[in-house]
Amino acid sequence: MTAVARPRRQRPVSGVSRAGAIVRGIVLGLGALLFLFPFYYMVIGSLQTTVDPSIAGAFPNPGNLTLDNYVAINSRINLLTGLVNSGIFTGGVLLGTFVFGLLAGYSLAMLQWRGRSATFALALLVQVVPFQLLMIPLYVLIARDFGLADNYLGMILPFFINSTAVVIFRAYFLQLPKELFEAARIDGASELRLLWSVAIPLVRPALVTVVLLTFIGPWNEFLWPFLVTKDAALQPLAVSLANYITTVSASAANPFGAILAGALVLAAPVVVLFIVFQRYFTSTDIGSGVKG
Amino acid sequence: MTDTLTTRSARAPLAAPADGRKNHRRGRLLGKNPLGLLFSGPYLVFVLAVFAFPIGYSVYIAFHDFFFAAPGAQVDRPFVGFDNFVTALTDPAVIRSFANVGVFLLINVPLTVVLSLVLATALNRITRLRTFLRVSYYVPYVTASVAVVAIWLFLFSGDGFVNQVLGPLAPDPSWLINEQLAMPTIAIFVTWKQLGFYILLYLAALQAVPKELYESASTDGAGAIRSFFSVTVPGVRSATVLVLLVSTVTGANLFTEPYLLTGGGGPNGASASPVLIMYQRGLQQGQPDVAAAIGIILVILVLIIAFIQNRFVGGDDR
Repeated sequence: MTAVARPRRQRPVSGVSRAGAIVRGIVLGLGALLFLFPFYYMVIGSLQTTVDPSIAGAFPNPGNLTLDNYVAINSRINLLTGLVNSGIFTGGVLLGTFVFGLLAGYSLAMLQWRGRSATFALALLVQVVPFQLLMIPLYVLIARDFGLADNYLGMILPFFINSTAVVIFRAYFLQLPKELFEAARIDGASELRLLWSVAIPLVRPALVTVVLLTFIGPWNEFLWPFLVTKDAALQPLAVSLANYITTVSASAANPFGAILAGALVLAAPVVVLFIVFQRYFTSTDIGSGVKG
Repeated sequence: MTDTLTTRSARAPLAAPADGRKNHRRGRLLGKNPLGLLFSGPYLVFVLAVFAFPIGYSVYIAFHDFFFAAPGAQVDRPFVGFDNFVTALTDPAVIRSFANVGVFLLINVPLTVVLSLVLATALNRITRLRTFLRVSYYVPYVTASVAVVAIWLFLFSGDGFVNQVLGPLAPDPSWLINEQLAMPTIAIFVTWKQLGFYILLYLAALQAVPKELYESASTDGAGAIRSFFSVTVPGVRSATVLVLLVSTVTGANLFTEPYLLTGGGGPNGASASPVLIMYQRGLQQGQPDVAAAIGIILVILVLIIAFIQNRFVGGDDR
């Protein structure tokens, strides 16, 4: 295996290492196929006029293609309303994370204050707090006591500031040269000014990483919005699609086609965003966010 | 993991006096930059309101005869000791759900650790098509559970694609309506869905394994497999501890998959998870006190599992 990195010095093993590389390629290729095939099948299934689960059905048949499933799902659950609600939910979390999470990350990295290390420890700890412990009390508090059921605020509140984002912001700010900030402080720049015009422009790649990471959470979240929204007009797409799967799909002409069409609409924004910005979704960034 | 990081950051303030002499007169009650507290204030309030207080409240609910009442109504909710825990633990459906999640974790956690480490090691070495392969493995992780559940429902239905491929080997009754196979199918589904995230964690850890160790292993005549076990596996041990912890916590939170794939924990409760039971007991049947007790029992079990994992995998570096 190591011979790949140093082919010249390890002549005798290079035959073995080539075999190793081939095995690696085959394993990774088959694995990727296993990971991508369901997505391919989702696209095909969402376009079939009549559902064809046979092996031949995995290949597109021009005579059996239609967009009717998208029309069918849209007549049962308003896809646009669902997308807008998912967008408001996600947007609220992005706003909270980018205003208050950035401020917290900056103060954890750049400022010396009492309670700083305890706050950082908290930011790491809350990432492993299991939601099942919070589910009942949060429901009692938010939906019952505060009366925020069927309300965007109630949906957003438990996710308002993403702790992983706080830890990533801190890690990036820590890498910036301290001298730059000392010099600007001597020139009389306020901390807010420093954050806005010095620190943020220098960590721009981290901002993209955090947008991606923060976006995935609420956009894909099911359990919490499912608990607090009963009004279909306020449900994010994940919730209305799940309700369609559990209750009304049996009455559709091609239930699988309609479900898969809805699934594609739900999955597409995140998958496209992820593929466009995948180079910001790197192991070091996210790794530091979870491990500190 | 948390311990090492806390000590690291706890050490930081010690360095402050060295460069902070000129700010001495600003007072040290709130530290050198009290502004930091103001900047982190909203985040601290958020953590207290959404994590700290609800955890305490959860314990309160579990030890009282708690029921839903109209906001503002004066109701009597007497302290009942361990009654709710007794109700929970004498309910066969609750016990069944704990056994189910046990089966889930026994399949999901080892499979996750082995597959993500092997795939990350292979991805780390490959040069061609690296981006394409990496993205392929991450896509299920970034996609909504509800969307991928829809595909699996289609693939694993009675006359679905998987059974068509298997032909006479297809299980009867089919995967998700088979009492023995429902939970294992869900466990494999979740492994597939989450694997990308753990591959990512292992890829980060692999960057920190010194190249020299591989070189000296190969000088000593170790082959690829030997150096995987004697260099890679010990080299990423702290990541393994993290993967074990996160996959166990995530697995214990299982809800969406049994709710949608098996129509709410079927067949016959064979795939009901504790969180699903909490939803049914707490919100559908109006017993939030029993549901809170189930949540606390589940968290204690998760802590015990995490402690055991740590004892066996954590090694002496902690």
